[in-house]
Amino acid sequence: MKTTLTVNGRSHQVEHDARRTLLDTIRDDLGLPGTKKGCDHGQCGACTILLNGERVNSCLCLTAMHDGDDITTIEGIGSPDRLSALQKAFVEKDGYQCGYCTPGQIMSATAMLREVSEGAPSYVSGDLDGAALTDAEMAERMSGNLCRCSAYPLIREAILMASEAET
Amino acid sequence: MRPIDYRRASSFDDAAAGQIIAGGTNLLDLMKIEVMTPDTVVDITRLDGLSTIEAEDDGLRIGALVTNTMLANDARVRAGWPLLSRAILAGASAQIRNKATTGGNLLQRTRCPYFYDTSQACNKRSPGEGCAARGGAGRMLALFGTSDQCLAAHPSDMAVALAALQAEVEIRGAEGRRRRVPIHDFYRGPGDRPDIETVLDRGDLITAVVLPRPLEGARQTYRKVRDRASYAFALVSVAGSVTMDGETMSDVSLAYGSVAPHPWMDHDVVAMLEGERPSDALFQRAADRLVPDSAPHPDTDYKRTLLRRTFIATLRQLTGLGDATGTDIARTHG
Ligand SMILES: Cc1cc2nc3c(=O)[nH]c(=O)nc-3n(C[C@H](O)[C@H](O)[C@H](O)COP(=O)(O)OP(=O)(O)OC[C@H]3O[C@@H](n4cnc5c(N)ncnc54)[C@H](O)[C@@H]3O)c2cc1C
Ligand code: SF4
Ligand code: FES
Ligand code: FES
Repeated sequence: MKTTLTVNGRSHQVEHDARRTLLDTIRDDLGLPGTKKGCDHGQCGACTILLNGERVNSCLCLTAMHDGDDITTIEGIGSPDRLSALQKAFVEKDGYQCGYCTPGQIMSATAMLREVSEGAPSYVSGDLDGAALTDAEMAERMSGNLCRCSAYPLIREAILMASEAET
Repeated sequence: MRPIDYRRASSFDDAAAGQIIAGGTNLLDLMKIEVMTPDTVVDITRLDGLSTIEAEDDGLRIGALVTNTMLANDARVRAGWPLLSRAILAGASAQIRNKATTGGNLLQRTRCPYFYDTSQACNKRSPGEGCAARGGAGRMLALFGTSDQCLAAHPSDMAVALAALQAEVEIRGAEGRRRRVPIHDFYRGPGDRPDIETVLDRGDLITAVVLPRPLEGARQTYRKVRDRASYAFALVSVAGSVTMDGETMSDVSLAYGSVAPHPWMDHDVVAMLEGERPSDALFQRAADRLVPDSAPHPDTDYKRTLLRRTFIATLRQLTGLGDATGTDIARTHG
């Protein structure tokens, strides 16, 4: 079957089996290996992309269901000579060890910072009117991204740094 | 994963043409490991009229395709039914909640590990095959409402909140007729057919979930206990709503999660609390009534203690006897 996707601003038509996931389409058909496959079951967040602006696990998306949708991957938010604020902060703060979870962390944090600025609450928010970006809030809001190297404290420092750079 | 035919539904009638897929976060996961093996999946995500939250009488009608994120963030829900926002936010991760839908969340399957392992016997996966959990490891299993055939618990957080809020599920039958079923009657116990989990018939489509009018001033919370602080299924959860009428409790509503094949409720316990002054002695007596004398599986015996403590902590929190952190007050005007 055929599906048209806009990925990082460019339109692509892909031909694929009905079982194909967005993760495999992005990595194998479009040759964008930045998005990682950790578990393939929604449990680790390594495959996080922005789908029409919202963070999702691309391993749990059937490509066939996303005809016409807009996708952003880690390759779409910055380049080696023009890093996004989060990418820069991860480098600066050493927000990784092996780096495998990093693209997913950065895509997830990109959406998370916007969600916080829009006043979205989390389970640990004192009330449901939204919350400041405390350490506890960050840990909760980023819990869908596991880091096998347990670089969590530095990941949170990097996110905090990027959020301060933006405001 | 087995080969599938993909069909995109263009009308409600098309929904009957195969296994419905909405967010896909549960179905696709189970298809990959061949626990669910539909020949055809029918994508309902482009059907009109299922993706909005609308006022209905004094309540809300939530379309089946409304995502968990949209529902938890809705200003009216946060104000009037804060328990529902909290419960949804307690579940899964932000990424999954962005895709998960209201209908799909209700119908997510159990997390019993033997259900996931096709080399093990499981009556829920293949009726009549046996139940490997019975003689195996079972710390995620249920305390209440089990049968000889299946001991599994329902994992949804959202459904527990909807039970405490007395919501109804709106269903469209294959012949086009719509009916509404209280959440409490929507799920069926495992009996001798644990593979049949709800009252849905073949071809039925969930079109919405309907919330009754909010209870102004109700104190609400969703307390979830799990193996890690976030991104884990509940071992035990309690959804509670209590209104303080001066010194006494009124409009008490409680539902318990991950302890039964569906959100568990106990009207005798509510009757013991309704109209009474909150006290630790009363909560202890109510817990005696709620918690069963034994567990159906030795590995879930700990859930008896956990449920007891979570129940008491929830009531203390809601009635001002304990730390109120995590309590939200329902208001009709956001
Ligand atoms: C890693 C992970 C962690 C999770 N943690 C939690 C947690 O802590 N708490 C929690 O509550 N949940 C948790 N979940 C489960 C998640 O909430 C569900 O996967 C999700 O809600 C399912 O919704 P969906 O729209 O993706 O359903 P789908 O996967 O699309 O469908 C699920 C089922 O519902 C049927 N269906 C869907 N929509 C309809 C409809 N309108 N009418 C009739 N049938 C329909 C489908 O046929 C299918 O059988 C977790 C999931 C993952 C992967
Ligand atoms: S408890 Fe239920 S789901 Fe688990 S193995 Fe037994 S039959 Fe299957
Ligand atoms: S690869 Fe998608 S969540 Fe792990
Ligand atoms: S840096 Fe190694 S998994 Fe996160």
